[in-house]
Amino acid sequence: MTQWRPPLSLIGAWLVLLALLALTVTLAYVPLGAGNAIVAMSIGTIKAGIVAAIFMELRHRSGLTLVFAGAGLFWLGILLWLGLMDFLTRT
Amino acid sequence: MPESSAFAPQYASIPHRDHTAELGMWVFIATEVLLFGGLILAYLVYRHAFPQGFAEASRHTEIVIGTANTAVLLTSSFLVAWAVEIFSPDTARITTWLLMGAACLGLAFIALKGVEYSKEFGEHLVPGIDFQFAGPRGNSIQLFFIFYFVATAVHALHMLIGIGLLIALAMICRKAPTTRHHTALHSAALYWHFVDVVWIFLFALIYLPGRSSS
Repeated sequence: MTQWRPPLSLIGAWLVLLALLALTVTLAYVPLGAGNAIVAMSIGTIKAGIVAAIFMELRHRSGLTLVFAGAGLFWLGILLWLGLMDFLTRT
Repeated sequence: MPESSAFAPQYASIPHRDHTAELGMWVFIATEVLLFGGLILAYLVYRHAFPQGFAEASRHTEIVIGTANTAVLLTSSFLVAWAVEIFSPDTARITTWLLMGAACLGLAFIALKGVEYSKEFGEHLVPGIDFQFAGPRGNSIQLFFIFYFVATAVHALHMLIGIGLLIALAMICRKAPTTRHHTALHSAALYWHFVDVVWIFLFALIYLPGRSSS
Protein backbone atom coordinates (compact mmCIF):
# COMPACT_ATOMS: atom_id res chain seq x y z
CA MET A 1 0.00 0.00 0.00
CA THR A 2 2.38 2.68 -1.12
CA GLN A 3 0.47 3.85 -4.19
CA TRP A 4 -1.35 6.61 -2.29
CA ARG A 5 1.82 8.15 -0.88
CA PRO A 6 2.92 11.47 -2.34
CA PRO A 7 6.27 11.48 -4.18
CA LEU A 8 9.14 12.93 -2.19
CA SER A 9 9.54 15.71 -4.78
CA LEU A 10 6.05 17.02 -3.92
CA ILE A 11 6.65 16.91 -0.16
CA GLY A 12 10.03 18.57 -0.66
CA ALA A 13 8.53 21.32 -2.83
CA TRP A 14 5.79 21.98 -0.27
CA LEU A 15 8.25 22.22 2.64
CA VAL A 16 10.63 24.45 0.66
CA LEU A 17 7.69 26.73 -0.26
CA LEU A 18 6.69 27.07 3.41
CA ALA A 19 10.33 27.73 4.38
CA LEU A 20 10.62 30.43 1.69
CA LEU A 21 7.40 32.00 3.00
CA ALA A 22 8.89 32.17 6.50
CA LEU A 23 12.13 33.56 5.07
CA THR A 24 10.45 36.30 3.03
CA VAL A 25 8.31 37.44 5.99
CA THR A 26 11.38 37.51 8.25
CA LEU A 27 13.49 39.43 5.73
CA ALA A 28 10.69 41.96 5.22
CA TYR A 29 11.40 43.18 8.77
CA VAL A 30 15.15 43.54 8.19
CA PRO A 31 15.98 47.08 7.04
CA LEU A 32 17.58 46.70 3.62
CA GLY A 33 16.32 49.91 2.02
CA ALA A 34 15.53 49.33 -1.65
CA GLY A 35 16.79 45.77 -1.17
CA ASN A 36 13.59 44.77 0.66
CA ALA A 37 11.50 45.03 -2.51
CA ILE A 38 14.13 43.12 -4.53
CA VAL A 39 14.30 40.35 -1.91
CA ALA A 40 10.49 40.08 -1.70
CA MET A 41 10.05 39.85 -5.48
CA SER A 42 13.02 37.48 -5.92
CA ILE A 43 11.71 35.05 -3.30
CA GLY A 44 8.23 35.34 -4.85
CA THR A 45 9.70 34.47 -8.25
CA ILE A 46 11.54 31.45 -6.81
CA LYS A 47 8.30 30.26 -5.15
CA ALA A 48 6.37 30.69 -8.41
CA GLY A 49 9.13 28.79 -10.23
CA ILE A 50 8.87 25.87 -7.78
CA VAL A 51 5.07 25.75 -8.17
CA ALA A 52 5.38 25.86 -11.99
CA ALA A 53 8.19 23.30 -12.20
CA ILE A 54 6.97 20.74 -9.66
CA PHE A 55 3.25 21.23 -8.90
CA MET A 56 2.41 22.18 -12.50
CA GLU A 57 4.81 19.47 -13.74
CA LEU A 58 6.63 21.72 -16.19
CA ARG A 59 9.95 19.99 -15.37
CA HIS A 60 8.57 16.86 -17.04
CA ARG A 61 7.39 18.78 -20.11
CA SER A 62 9.22 19.82 -23.21
CA GLY A 63 8.84 21.66 -26.49
CA LEU A 64 5.37 22.88 -27.26
CA THR A 65 4.05 22.86 -23.66
CA LEU A 66 6.94 25.01 -22.48
CA VAL A 67 6.40 27.42 -25.37
CA PHE A 68 2.71 27.73 -24.45
CA ALA A 69 3.51 28.14 -20.74
CA GLY A 70 6.22 30.68 -21.55
CA ALA A 71 3.96 32.71 -23.85
CA GLY A 72 2.09 34.24 -20.91
CA LEU A 73 5.37 35.28 -19.29
CA PHE A 74 6.64 36.69 -22.60
CA TRP A 75 3.56 38.88 -23.03
CA LEU A 76 3.67 39.88 -19.36
CA GLY A 77 7.26 40.97 -19.92
CA ILE A 78 6.21 43.17 -22.85
CA LEU A 79 3.33 44.62 -20.82
CA LEU A 80 5.50 45.51 -17.83
CA TRP A 81 8.49 46.62 -19.90
CA LEU A 82 6.66 48.99 -22.24
CA GLY A 83 4.16 50.00 -19.57
CA LEU A 84 6.77 50.96 -16.99
CA MET A 85 9.46 52.39 -19.29
CA ASP A 86 7.96 55.89 -19.35
CA PHE A 87 7.36 56.10 -15.60
CA LEU A 88 10.74 54.68 -14.58
CA THR A 89 12.71 56.98 -16.87
CA ARG A 90 10.95 60.27 -16.16
CA THR A 91 13.09 62.86 -14.47
CA MET B 1 -9.33 1.97 -17.37
CA PRO B 2 -11.45 0.32 -20.11
CA GLU B 3 -12.63 2.92 -22.57
CA SER B 4 -12.42 2.50 -26.31
CA SER B 5 -13.92 5.79 -27.49
CA ALA B 6 -12.53 7.97 -24.74
CA PHE B 7 -11.44 10.66 -27.14
CA ALA B 8 -13.24 12.70 -29.78
CA PRO B 9 -12.58 11.97 -33.50
CA GLN B 10 -10.22 14.92 -33.92
CA TYR B 11 -7.68 13.23 -31.64
CA ALA B 12 -5.40 10.38 -32.65
CA SER B 13 -5.05 8.96 -29.13
CA ILE B 14 -5.67 9.57 -25.44
CA PRO B 15 -2.23 11.22 -24.96
CA HIS B 16 -3.01 13.47 -27.93
CA ARG B 17 -6.28 14.50 -26.27
CA ASP B 18 -4.54 15.12 -22.93
CA HIS B 19 -1.74 17.13 -24.53
CA THR B 20 -4.29 19.31 -26.31
CA ALA B 21 -6.18 19.91 -23.06
CA GLU B 22 -2.95 20.89 -21.33
CA LEU B 23 -1.97 23.34 -24.08
CA GLY B 24 -5.47 24.83 -23.96
CA MET B 25 -5.14 25.40 -20.21
CA TRP B 26 -1.81 27.16 -20.72
CA VAL B 27 -3.37 29.48 -23.31
CA PHE B 28 -6.12 30.26 -20.82
CA ILE B 29 -3.53 30.85 -18.09
CA ALA B 30 -1.66 33.25 -20.43
CA THR B 31 -4.82 35.37 -20.69
CA GLU B 32 -5.12 35.27 -16.90
CA VAL B 33 -1.47 36.31 -16.51
CA LEU B 34 -2.28 39.41 -18.56
CA LEU B 35 -5.44 40.12 -16.53
CA PHE B 36 -3.49 40.17 -13.27
CA GLY B 37 -0.49 41.67 -15.09
CA GLY B 38 -2.50 44.80 -15.92
CA LEU B 39 -3.44 45.20 -12.26
CA ILE B 40 0.15 44.72 -11.16
CA LEU B 41 1.37 47.23 -13.77
CA ALA B 42 -1.02 49.84 -12.32
CA TYR B 43 0.23 48.99 -8.82
CA LEU B 44 3.89 49.36 -9.84
CA VAL B 45 3.26 52.71 -11.52
CA TYR B 46 1.57 54.14 -8.42
CA ARG B 47 4.07 52.58 -6.03
CA HIS B 48 6.84 54.19 -8.05
CA ALA B 49 5.03 57.54 -7.84
CA PHE B 50 4.16 57.26 -4.10
CA PRO B 51 6.74 55.00 -2.44
CA GLN B 52 6.17 56.29 1.12
CA GLY B 53 2.39 56.21 0.86
CA PHE B 54 2.45 52.63 -0.40
CA ALA B 55 4.87 51.56 2.34
CA GLU B 56 2.66 53.17 5.00
CA ALA B 57 -0.51 51.65 3.51
CA SER B 58 1.11 48.21 3.41
CA ARG B 59 1.83 48.42 7.15
CA HIS B 60 -1.94 48.70 7.69
CA THR B 61 -2.59 45.29 6.08
CA GLU B 62 -2.92 42.20 8.25
CA ILE B 63 0.37 40.39 7.70
CA VAL B 64 -0.51 37.54 10.08
CA ILE B 65 -3.66 36.71 8.12
CA GLY B 66 -1.84 37.23 4.82
CA THR B 67 0.97 34.88 5.82
CA ALA B 68 -1.45 32.27 7.16
CA ASN B 69 -3.43 32.46 3.94
CA THR B 70 -0.27 31.98 1.86
CA ALA B 71 0.58 28.85 3.85
CA VAL B 72 -3.03 27.63 3.45
CA LEU B 73 -2.91 28.08 -0.33
CA LEU B 74 0.52 26.46 -0.72
CA THR B 75 -0.70 23.47 1.28
CA SER B 76 -3.88 23.20 -0.74
CA SER B 77 -1.83 23.25 -3.97
CA PHE B 78 0.30 20.46 -2.51
CA LEU B 79 -2.81 18.35 -1.84
CA VAL B 80 -4.08 18.89 -5.40
CA ALA B 81 -0.68 18.00 -6.90
CA TRP B 82 -0.68 14.88 -4.70
CA ALA B 83 -4.18 13.93 -5.92
CA VAL B 84 -3.13 14.33 -9.58
CA GLU B 85 -0.02 12.22 -8.95
CA ILE B 86 -1.76 9.21 -7.35
CA PHE B 87 -4.95 9.33 -9.43
CA SER B 88 -6.16 5.82 -10.34
CA PRO B 89 -9.31 3.71 -9.82
CA ASP B 90 -7.61 2.04 -6.82
CA THR B 91 -7.02 5.34 -5.06
CA ALA B 92 -10.38 6.95 -5.82
CA ARG B 93 -11.23 7.30 -2.13
CA ILE B 94 -8.04 9.00 -1.09
CA THR B 95 -8.09 11.21 -4.19
CA THR B 96 -11.57 12.36 -3.21
CA TRP B 97 -10.39 13.16 0.31
CA LEU B 98 -7.36 15.05 -0.95
CA LEU B 99 -9.51 17.17 -3.26
CA MET B 100 -12.05 17.83 -0.50
CA GLY B 101 -9.19 18.78 1.82
CA ALA B 102 -7.84 21.20 -0.78
CA ALA B 103 -11.32 22.70 -1.26
CA CYS B 104 -11.71 23.12 2.52
CA LEU B 105 -8.37 24.92 2.68
CA GLY B 106 -9.65 27.15 -0.14
CA LEU B 107 -12.75 27.92 1.93
CA ALA B 108 -10.54 28.64 4.96
CA PHE B 109 -8.64 31.13 2.78
CA ILE B 110 -11.92 32.85 1.82
CA ALA B 111 -13.05 32.91 5.46
CA LEU B 112 -9.77 34.51 6.61
CA LYS B 113 -10.06 37.01 3.75
CA GLY B 114 -13.52 37.88 5.07
CA VAL B 115 -12.12 38.48 8.57
CA GLU B 116 -9.47 40.70 7.02
CA TYR B 117 -12.00 42.69 4.98
CA SER B 118 -14.19 43.28 8.04
CA LYS B 119 -11.16 44.49 10.03
CA GLU B 120 -10.29 46.92 7.24
CA PHE B 121 -13.89 48.10 7.13
CA GLY B 122 -13.69 48.72 10.88
CA GLU B 123 -10.53 50.79 10.33
CA HIS B 124 -12.23 52.92 7.62
CA LEU B 125 -9.90 51.64 4.92
CA VAL B 126 -12.43 50.72 2.22
CA PRO B 127 -12.28 53.26 -0.65
CA GLY B 128 -15.67 54.14 -2.10
CA ILE B 129 -17.58 52.89 0.95
CA ASP B 130 -15.85 54.23 4.01
CA PHE B 131 -12.36 55.61 3.67
CA GLN B 132 -10.94 58.02 6.21
CA PHE B 133 -7.25 58.50 6.71
CA ALA B 134 -5.82 61.51 8.48
CA GLY B 135 -2.39 62.54 7.34
CA PRO B 136 -0.52 63.86 4.33
CA ARG B 137 -0.41 60.52 2.51
CA GLY B 138 -4.15 59.81 2.61
CA ASN B 139 -4.58 59.94 -1.17
CA SER B 140 -1.78 57.52 -2.06
CA ILE B 141 -2.90 55.21 0.75
CA GLN B 142 -6.36 55.24 -0.78
CA LEU B 143 -4.82 54.29 -4.15
CA PHE B 144 -3.07 51.36 -2.49
CA PHE B 145 -6.31 50.14 -0.94
CA ILE B 146 -8.16 50.44 -4.25
CA PHE B 147 -5.56 48.09 -5.74
CA TYR B 148 -5.75 45.89 -2.66
CA PHE B 149 -9.51 45.40 -2.82
CA VAL B 150 -9.73 45.00 -6.60
CA ALA B 151 -6.81 42.56 -6.80
CA THR B 152 -7.81 40.45 -3.78
CA ALA B 153 -11.49 40.39 -4.81
CA VAL B 154 -10.64 39.26 -8.37
CA HIS B 155 -8.32 36.67 -6.83
CA ALA B 156 -11.02 35.53 -4.38
CA LEU B 157 -13.45 35.13 -7.30
CA HIS B 158 -10.89 32.84 -8.95
CA MET B 159 -10.63 30.94 -5.67
CA LEU B 160 -14.39 30.42 -5.51
CA ILE B 161 -14.43 29.06 -9.09
CA GLY B 162 -11.49 26.78 -8.22
CA ILE B 163 -13.19 25.53 -5.04
CA GLY B 164 -16.28 24.69 -7.10
CA LEU B 165 -14.13 22.79 -9.62
CA LEU B 166 -12.34 20.84 -6.88
CA ILE B 167 -15.58 19.83 -5.16
CA ALA B 168 -17.16 18.81 -8.48
CA LEU B 169 -14.10 16.72 -9.39
CA ALA B 170 -13.99 15.15 -5.93
CA MET B 171 -17.61 14.05 -6.40
CA ILE B 172 -17.01 12.77 -9.95
CA CYS B 173 -13.78 10.95 -9.12
CA ARG B 174 -15.33 9.13 -6.16
CA LYS B 175 -16.62 6.32 -8.39
CA ALA B 176 -14.83 4.58 -11.26
CA PRO B 177 -12.55 7.39 -12.36
CA THR B 178 -11.37 7.24 -15.99
CA THR B 179 -8.52 8.84 -17.90
CA ARG B 180 -10.96 11.57 -18.96
CA HIS B 181 -11.42 12.46 -15.30
CA HIS B 182 -7.68 12.49 -14.88
CA THR B 183 -7.40 14.99 -17.74
CA ALA B 184 -10.13 17.14 -16.21
CA LEU B 185 -8.42 16.99 -12.83
CA HIS B 186 -5.08 17.86 -14.37
CA SER B 187 -6.59 20.93 -16.08
CA ALA B 188 -8.31 22.06 -12.87
CA ALA B 189 -5.04 21.50 -10.98
CA LEU B 190 -3.14 23.77 -13.40
CA TYR B 191 -5.76 26.45 -12.77
CA TRP B 192 -5.54 25.99 -8.99
CA HIS B 193 -1.73 26.22 -8.99
CA PHE B 194 -1.93 29.33 -11.15
CA VAL B 195 -4.27 30.99 -8.63
CA ASP B 196 -1.68 30.05 -6.00
CA VAL B 197 1.11 31.71 -8.04
CA VAL B 198 -0.98 34.90 -8.38
CA TRP B 199 -1.36 34.97 -4.60
CA ILE B 200 2.40 34.51 -4.09
CA PHE B 201 2.94 37.78 -5.98
CA LEU B 202 -0.03 39.62 -4.46
CA PHE B 203 1.31 38.66 -1.03
CA ALA B 204 4.74 40.11 -1.82
CA LEU B 205 3.22 43.32 -3.22
CA ILE B 206 0.51 43.89 -0.60
CA TYR B 207 1.80 42.69 2.76
CA LEU B 208 5.60 42.88 2.68
CA PRO B 209 6.48 46.48 1.68
CA GLY B 210 7.33 48.98 4.39
CA ARG B 211 7.66 46.44 7.22
CA SER B 212 11.28 47.29 8.04
CA SER B 213 10.63 51.01 8.55
CA SER B 214 8.07 52.92 10.53
